[in-house]
Amino acid sequence: MWFFLISDAFTFSTLLVVYGVIRFASPVVWADPEKVFTHFPGLHELLHIDAPLAFVGLMTFILIASSVTMVLAVEAGHRGDRAKVELYMLWTILGGVAFVSCQGYEWYHFIVGTHGFYHEVYGDLNGALHLLDGSVATAMADGTIIIQNGVDAGKDLLTNPDLVTKLVPGGQISADLFVQGANTTINQYAQNPSFANLFFFITGFHGSHVASGVLLNYIVYKQVQNGVMEERGHYEMVEKVGLYWHFVDLVWVFVFTFFYLV
Amino acid sequence: MAQSQHQTHGEFDNDQSEYHHPDIHTHHDEAHGTAVRKKIWQVFWILLILTVLEFVVAFTVGRGTFRNVTYIVMTLVKAFYIVGSFMHLKDEVKSLIMTILIPMLFILWLILALLIEGGFYNGGWFAS
Repeated sequence: MWFFLISDAFTFSTLLVVYGVIRFASPVVWADPEKVFTHFPGLHELLHIDAPLAFVGLMTFILIASSVTMVLAVEAGHRGDRAKVELYMLWTILGGVAFVSCQGYEWYHFIVGTHGFYHEVYGDLNGALHLLDGSVATAMADGTIIIQNGVDAGKDLLTNPDLVTKLVPGGQISADLFVQGANTTINQYAQNPSFANLFFFITGFHGSHVASGVLLNYIVYKQVQNGVMEERGHYEMVEKVGLYWHFVDLVWVFVFTFFYLV
Repeated sequence: MAQSQHQTHGEFDNDQSEYHHPDIHTHHDEAHGTAVRKKIWQVFWILLILTVLEFVVAFTVGRGTFRNVTYIVMTLVKAFYIVGSFMHLKDEVKSLIMTILIPMLFILWLILALLIEGGFYNGGWFAS
């Protein structure tokens, strides 16, 4: 397990280093995580209050707590206390499911977006407004161009005189683009689509690790319940899935720092 | 082979005393178990307090090198406790510890190489 974890550590490190490189090299302003991750269940829906980073903090707490219950399960395994191993593994599984659910909530709000934002963009005049990122936008009568949730909608630019006046030499136009939410080509948080791409990839890759960790934990939990470990005479499998689970927690500690804080 | 395994099982099943096996440390005295659990909760509080401190820093300290260095130090301390205590790497033999930690130097090298190749030192910190 340790050697697998080394290789996985390389993968995650490379992802985070790439995040740093792309962010540092970004020609346009990068997103401010404090302004992106402000949704907290209940506060957002009922009271419309922004709680910057609070939900990510809760997710971090859930993962650390589930790591503690995992290590308690391993400790109970050393003593051969089957009931305690089952209890603590169940808590760990619960923590994992809670974390993945929280991530689902966060992804939902990231994709749908809340207030939207006007980005100044440059596009080619080519019938419809084909933006440099490859998407096609709708030109509105007031001179703005709308892409909602990244849904493509083209409209003949020549019918919109306001936009034609913004035509700059070289067949390019500049305009204010209204963007709400995020997809892989455009997002409301940063003009650089890489921000959303990296969010999807890094948290998605971590989330899939959590999900497979939950599955592994459940399999081992069932084995413990069926008395497999007592038959084998040791609880080594609990320690092995425990190592994986702590690693997932470890990765989150780094993702939390480099994606949400820095 | 199969027979000997069967015999072992037979002995095992006939054992009327409280369940025990050489690999399961039932002889772990209760005091030791309590100490281990105490240590686990100690690490939990350290991790929690460090995370709370990171939040405090996020909302009180302005962006910049100082803040980032603070974050990185706190993250590495958290990593040390998770790997050392929760993953029990501190209790492993020295050769395994080194086998795991030394390859991590490649990551440092990757970061350093990208900073140098990317011109960070010429255009960033040391630019006049």
